[in-house]
Amino acid sequence: MVKQFTLLELKDGKSATILRIDGGRGVIGKLIALGIRPGKEIRKVSSVFGRGPVTIRVNSAEFAIGFGMAGKIIVEA
Amino acid sequence: MNIVLVGNPNVGKSVIFSRITGVHVIASNYPGTTVEITKGWTKYKEEKAQVIDLPGIYSLESLSKADEIAVSILKEADLVINIIDATNLERNLNLTLQLIERGVPLVVALNLWDETKHRGVEIDIKKLEMFLNVPVVTTVGITGEGIKNLFERAKEAKKKDSFTRSEDHRWEEIGKIVDNSQKLYHHHHTFRQLLEEASVKPITGFPIALLILFSAFKVIRFIGEGLIAYLFDPLFNNIYLPILTKLSSLLSNNNFLHDILIGKLIAGEIDFLQSFGLLSTGLFVPLAMVLPYIIAFYFVLGILEDVGYLPRFAVLLDNLMHRLGLHGYAIIPNFLGLGCNVPGLLATRILESKRERFIASTLILIGVPCAALQAMVIALVGKHGGGYVAIVYGVLFLVWLILGLILNKLIKGFSPPLLIEVPPYRLPPLATVLKKLWMRVLGFAKEALPVVFLGILVINIFYYFKVFDYIAVVTAPVIQGLLGLPKEAVVAILVGFLRKDVAVGMLSPLNLTAQQAVVGSIVLAMFFPCIASFIIFLKEFGIKAIIKLTLIMFISAIVVGSVVNITFTFLK
Repeated sequence: MVKQFTLLELKDGKSATILRIDGGRGVIGKLIALGIRPGKEIRKVSSVFGRGPVTIRVNSAEFAIGFGMAGKIIVEA
Repeated sequence: MNIVLVGNPNVGKSVIFSRITGVHVIASNYPGTTVEITKGWTKYKEEKAQVIDLPGIYSLESLSKADEIAVSILKEADLVINIIDATNLERNLNLTLQLIERGVPLVVALNLWDETKHRGVEIDIKKLEMFLNVPVVTTVGITGEGIKNLFERAKEAKKKDSFTRSEDHRWEEIGKIVDNSQKLYHHHHTFRQLLEEASVKPITGFPIALLILFSAFKVIRFIGEGLIAYLFDPLFNNIYLPILTKLSSLLSNNNFLHDILIGKLIAGEIDFLQSFGLLSTGLFVPLAMVLPYIIAFYFVLGILEDVGYLPRFAVLLDNLMHRLGLHGYAIIPNFLGLGCNVPGLLATRILESKRERFIASTLILIGVPCAALQAMVIALVGKHGGGYVAIVYGVLFLVWLILGLILNKLIKGFSPPLLIEVPPYRLPPLATVLKKLWMRVLGFAKEALPVVFLGILVINIFYYFKVFDYIAVVTAPVIQGLLGLPKEAVVAILVGFLRKDVAVGMLSPLNLTAQQAVVGSIVLAMFFPCIASFIIFLKEFGIKAIIKLTLIMFISAIVVGSVVNITFTFLK
């Protein structure tokens, strides 16, 4: 069963595919320029407690994404 | 002839720029080291050519001001060198394709080529070249491998007609190129990768951060104290002092010159800290007291920068920094401020909004003591015991924190979210670390020494005309009454406007008690930033902001100084 949820809900260490980004043009543009875009497979490395950032790996690059922005990234796994 | 270097952040543009031009610029292993457009010269096609190093950008289509500047410079370029991180081909090609669409005369440098092998990346250069239809060269910036070839192949770069393509089409094209020219070999988690991930996971990351900070502190002290005890103290006391004493007796019948060059004799002898002549205190403070800690601090900072640790620290602190109206990455300018506030202020350019930049800069100027100031505080306060030094640091940290909380509440706006690329850990060659250290030490010598001399000259002239006596009388209610310092301490606070290290040095002849030394150091640290950082702040933010800053500074320095003074008195 394929499930959809936000990047925040993905468990640390698990992989998923980005489905869409529910954000404004600015947010989408910034993420896409970094190669974080729909269709990409990512792996969640870690998340910091108390609304801290989420760290993911895309290909071999590592990115840290603030809590609010991570909540706008919808993934499926 | 104009050559422009362009590429994503942290792909090694500055290293290649240094290679090409011989102009040494600071390069580190984190995105956003270069915040200014840097220019240098090289020889290309038997001609003198200007080389421009642009701050890293991910796209030409985003709307930020920095990117607009980059685009306008690209238009004037006779040759564009697009530097690519070969281990992140897909993402980097996004910018490359945008450059191709604009038809600029382009050559592509696949940099960090040496890292592709152990990261399981294999790229077919011939195929990549065919798809892109521009020359592609592999390079290793740090060793200089491939640079010659880059210039050879650059001759094939030609201006072409521009065309447009939708973003979706571009990514489709990138997908095609990557599928055909790159092979990724699955490789198991390496030790390095484990370490990288452990540093951002809270459960392991916070202990690692504490360990790193603690070791950094230990190493800085070890190097700083070692240099003083075994090199600079013997040099000054055993070799320089006898020479200076001879000069002093030669000048004994010329009072004015003696006062300026040697200063006052304390109990008939030259006292490096208290004589206050150009050749005595003027050389001793910057060289024998401050320089050792500058060397120690920048050695450790250089390693942390080049290893790639700082962005991970930023991830862990993002939470906290949001409460100060910033995001995690703002910790980097604050960290740099611990060396010298000026590069710290410039580095705030990596933050997006004016609000963030103002908050970060104000925190740096008031709450972050530079290495020169710290070295003097350690000497002045440290003789009363290490605990007092800890109090100074503790209070300044609290000031930094509380001031941030207040500014976040007072200034309208919000803090944008963190979004950064976290660089891989890299083991910097010692030669690279030492070269960067040398650049920074040289920078200190060039910028600090003249101001120290100027400061001491001004102090002597003011003393001569008794200017300070009048000021001391006027300010006595605050200095003596609230802060509990001798009224002459106001001189040090005024001199702090020129240089903080000289200012703390001026407290030394006042024979302060431990309490006074602590209060004096805190007030000096928080009060007027030195002239160099003041000018940078003015340039970056304008006159209105600097008036705000000055007000905040006045109020917070006097309030905090008084509170610490009263607390001390109360506890006794």
